[in-house]
Amino acid sequence: MAFSKQEIENLLRLVSLTKDAELNCVECLALVAEFAEQHLAGKSVSSGLQAVEQHLSICDECREEYEALKLTLGEIDGNH
Amino acid sequence: MNRENDTWVAQLIHAGGKRESALSDLREVLLRNLRKALAGRPHVDDSFLEDAVQDALLRILDRLDQFQGRSRFVTWATAIAIRVALGELRRSRWQDVSLDTVLKEADFVPTRAVDTAPGPALQVERQAIIAKMHELIATDLTEKQRNVLLAELRGMPQDEIARHLGSNRNAVYKLTHDARKKLKSALQKAGYDSEELATTLQY
Repeated sequence: MAFSKQEIENLLRLVSLTKDAELNCVECLALVAEFAEQHLAGKSVSSGLQAVEQHLSICDECREEYEALKLTLGEIDGNH
Repeated sequence: MNRENDTWVAQLIHAGGKRESALSDLREVLLRNLRKALAGRPHVDDSFLEDAVQDALLRILDRLDQFQGRSRFVTWATAIAIRVALGELRRSRWQDVSLDTVLKEADFVPTRAVDTAPGPALQVERQAIIAKMHELIATDLTEKQRNVLLAELRGMPQDEIARHLGSNRNAVYKLTHDARKKLKSALQKAGYDSEELATTLQY
């Protein structure tokens, strides 16, 4: 078992983005709806939600879920 | 169907006709939103969507007390439904793939990098960082941390890694977060800070 050069480079990118304190996936899910609505409204990310942005930069699954959520936001606009 | 957040929660909490009506409306909204969110993905048909929404409704009802009203209720509920549905799609895609298979694939140690860096100095720097990373991965991480990081880098979902380890997605995230922090700290001790890493990785 060994890391390829590409895998090392991808890991380096993740390491460079790493913070001492990060949200886990459950914590991210609790905040991602608010984060997505702020993003859709063109608002700058509030300090309390910067941790969501950081988690999404690290976590492929949460990022995939966030991208899918964004696809629905226009629809949600009309059915809240 | 338009409800304020407080109304959604109040109607879903209390048993009765309003609850049934709210559940029916929420089910309809989630079906529509999931169909839009997952459009074009393989294996997503009406049956899949119905099952995902049913599972999602159970989770949403279970977590109603965690809704803080900081977003629209429907956005919050849709985020949960998307996690349920994408989790199921990932599970079905990876259910027959073992962790060992993932770790054995592409098993090689790079001996010489082929870089497209603009100058030899950056190429040398990049090679040095990669060599240092190989060393730190071998010396500073546990075998479990190495395996989980590698499986993630090869695309295995955290839920699937957790399933193989008898763990959960949060524990897997913590394991890799601890590993990344160890590597970052060791790189800093070796003289590489985040800014330098970012610059070197741009090429």
